[in-house]
Amino acid sequence: MKQPAELPQRAPRSWLRWLLFAPFIAMLDVGSYNRIAPTLGGIPFFYWYQLLWILIAAAIIFLVHRRERGGGAA
Amino acid sequence: MNLTATLIFALIFVFVTIIGFLAARWRAGDLTQLHEWGLGGRRFGTFVTWFLLGGDLYTAYTFIAVPALIFGGGAIGFFAVPYTILVYPILYLFYPRLWTEARRSGHVTAADIVAARFANRWLGLAVSLTGLLATMPYIALQLVGMAVVIGALGFHATGIASDIPLIIAFVILAAFTYTSGLRAPAMIAVVKDVLIYITVFAAIIAVPVALGGMGHVFSAVPTSKLLLPTPPSGSLGSYSAYATLALGSAIALFLYPHSITAILSSSSAAVIRRNAAILPAYSFVLGLLALLGFMAAAMGLGARPEFAAGFARFGTNYAVPALFLAVFPSWFVGIAFAAIAIGALVPAAIMSIAAANIFTRNIWRAFLHPACTDDEEAGVAKLVSLGVKVGALFFIIFLPQQYAIQLQLLGGIWIIQTAPAVMLGLFCRWLNGWALLIGWALGIGCGTAMAAALSFKAAVYPLTFFGTIVPGYAAFYGLALNLAVSAVLSPVLNRVAGRSPAPLIGQR
Repeated sequence: MKQPAELPQRAPRSWLRWLLFAPFIAMLDVGSYNRIAPTLGGIPFFYWYQLLWILIAAAIIFLVHRRERGGGAA
Repeated sequence: MNLTATLIFALIFVFVTIIGFLAARWRAGDLTQLHEWGLGGRRFGTFVTWFLLGGDLYTAYTFIAVPALIFGGGAIGFFAVPYTILVYPILYLFYPRLWTEARRSGHVTAADIVAARFANRWLGLAVSLTGLLATMPYIALQLVGMAVVIGALGFHATGIASDIPLIIAFVILAAFTYTSGLRAPAMIAVVKDVLIYITVFAAIIAVPVALGGMGHVFSAVPTSKLLLPTPPSGSLGSYSAYATLALGSAIALFLYPHSITAILSSSSAAVIRRNAAILPAYSFVLGLLALLGFMAAAMGLGARPEFAAGFARFGTNYAVPALFLAVFPSWFVGIAFAAIAIGALVPAAIMSIAAANIFTRNIWRAFLHPACTDDEEAGVAKLVSLGVKVGALFFIIFLPQQYAIQLQLLGGIWIIQTAPAVMLGLFCRWLNGWALLIGWALGIGCGTAMAAALSFKAAVYPLTFFGTIVPGYAAFYGLALNLAVSAVLSPVLNRVAGRSPAPLIGQR
């Protein structure tokens, strides 16, 4: 098998990594979002809140990735 | 039969077949090597990996079953959304290292990695068998998804004749997987995703317009279905069920062989990290798709006479096809149904490749035929990928679909028991292979016993802690036992063996 040109060294870690736990806390506390009001464009809170967290979680991962990648090459 | 829709459906299928065969030449490699046939030469960059993982994880069964669950059961079905949210932090934290470890040693499966790290081939065998058992009913479920849309196109034959379209689809799938390996589903995934995105956005715009706005969709659904029932006193009720279903499913997802195959086929650990940030785009589509279940309910499709036969045959799984038939013109129904059917084809191809990789590398080569050459290994894998698909096809034609669904439920409970060995094994050098094996066995026993107590019909088991009932996903409880046993026994068994723990990456 061909050996890869560069084997990745240990990726630099950022304290921002801890933010990755935020989606777990938010999503596992089901009681905090199991309600209808406030609705958004007719959509109950239960639904739009969880859809919103898809975006927040993606943004957090993006942020952590950018920060941790910043230590090495672009 | 719906002629226009069927014609468009067939045309798209032919197009995809051609792509499948041409894929063998794409970034051509030596397809007689297992890592070339079964991992696409580990050359997929960020973009291809995004399509491949998206095509792999969001299966036809997701497109059919998640909205069906919402259509039938309401809010509880929405657990699929937090599930797909939690999947990506887990992907980011654990799996780049899995890739690095596999690349360094030429590993092709999770069992390879585990057997080498803990110098314990029996643990490797346990991980392989779990992977194989969990994958087979998953492939069968892809066929269920495909059967629903083919049925919705209006094939009303009886007996074996009704399965002919499905058999044709699977012969095509088997042929291009055999010749092109993982390159075929990777290329087809691009087509699939484009079709799915078009379909979902058309539906999410067309249906609320037909119903007079999103507000009308939700106001047409009874409040008892819009929210989870508030837990009674002395129980965590639906809250702990919802949370453990989401968390347990999220931990399990990337342990499935087809997920690991897609991860290992990427060209670097950075590709995986980047994908953890961009794959949630699919989760958003999944969330919108889930809401289609409410739209089908709001339109009262279950009570319409023209759909009665479909619901009688396929149950709530018929909700999404019925919705598309109700709101789209025939030609677009053809596109939408093709999107779902190809959405079944792509993961089914990757699953059969993953199962073939496991059988060949971790059972055939590791235990039965250690002296085989690399050529023979890839040859056996190709044949096994055929066998796996024939098995799934028999499964779906000759056994009631209920078995596939029940086995899939068990598959999730079982595959999660490989988490301590596969995920924590990458980070915790003090874990002992035999301790992990005992934890695995107890976890599988516990999860299976819970599912059996529910007569294999549900996955949420009402466990009592100090007088409080905590309904939770059986996979999650099995994993908790598994982790506790592995953690307690590891130091003991390490001392007994008098052996130094396995080295961590970068320390050997």
